[in-house]
Amino acid sequence: MPVSAAASPLPQTTACFHPVCLPGAVTEASQESVYRAVNSKRPVNLDLTTIHFPLPALTSIAHRITGVILFIGLIFAFWAFDKSLSSPAGFAAVSDALAHNFLAKLIAWGLLSALAFHFVAGIKHLLMDIDIGVTLEGGVKKAQITVVVSAVLIILAGVWVW
Amino acid sequence: MVTNVTNLGRSGLSDWLIQRVSALILALYTLFIVAYLLFNPGLDYAAWSGLFAQTWMRIFTLLSLISIAAHAWVGLWTVTTDYIKPTGVRVGTQIVIILAIFVFLVWGIQVLWGA
Repeated sequence: MPVSAAASPLPQTTACFHPVCLPGAVTEASQESVYRAVNSKRPVNLDLTTIHFPLPALTSIAHRITGVILFIGLIFAFWAFDKSLSSPAGFAAVSDALAHNFLAKLIAWGLLSALAFHFVAGIKHLLMDIDIGVTLEGGVKKAQITVVVSAVLIILAGVWVW
Repeated sequence: MVTNVTNLGRSGLSDWLIQRVSALILALYTLFIVAYLLFNPGLDYAAWSGLFAQTWMRIFTLLSLISIAAHAWVGLWTVTTDYIKPTGVRVGTQIVIILAIFVFLVWGIQVLWGA
């Protein structure tokens, strides 16, 4: 992110805190090396399949995406909450949909999956708040654990729904 | 300290704390509901509505509804300020989000106290 962003007419309290977006991510030294690399005659790596975000950046972005999904998914959760408590017939309609309707099962599994990931990534945040694993190695390790634990929970959620 | 009129607590530190407290409440509520459903496989309407008729469950659920409202606003405010740069589009999106949060809050309270 260029330093000139500070000249924006509106005061911004929060910039993007992703490691890739932090002002320090592109240092003058690295800009200088990029400049030299661009102007040299040596081969340049333009194979996009070998250029990727580090895992902690991906889990951070996924934490945001699952958060947005869960907010949209509240419509389904509130519908089930409302309908199931409205009357015995309403309760039967919700349990029948979750037992026999493929689309309802898919939505339930999708939302449980988003919830599982968001939950685990949130616990990771809380651990970092109490100074656990706040190192580069710790960050990668915790991102790996987040992926593995939420993958297990997502499979278990699928078993539960079906 | 730089403040922004659109964030919930008017300061980043306040939002940070609100996000953590609401996250803990929602984590406990999630664990409770999942455990309740897992340990009551043959759940019927009488037991389900009986659960939500109890005062402690209504307090716990209302606390979680308020936590959802605060947590969703802090989270979506952060995401919208990070990615939607044109002021008009961002403020428009944030107004829709606030309205949706308000609807969910009123809807939830109405269900909880059986309209």
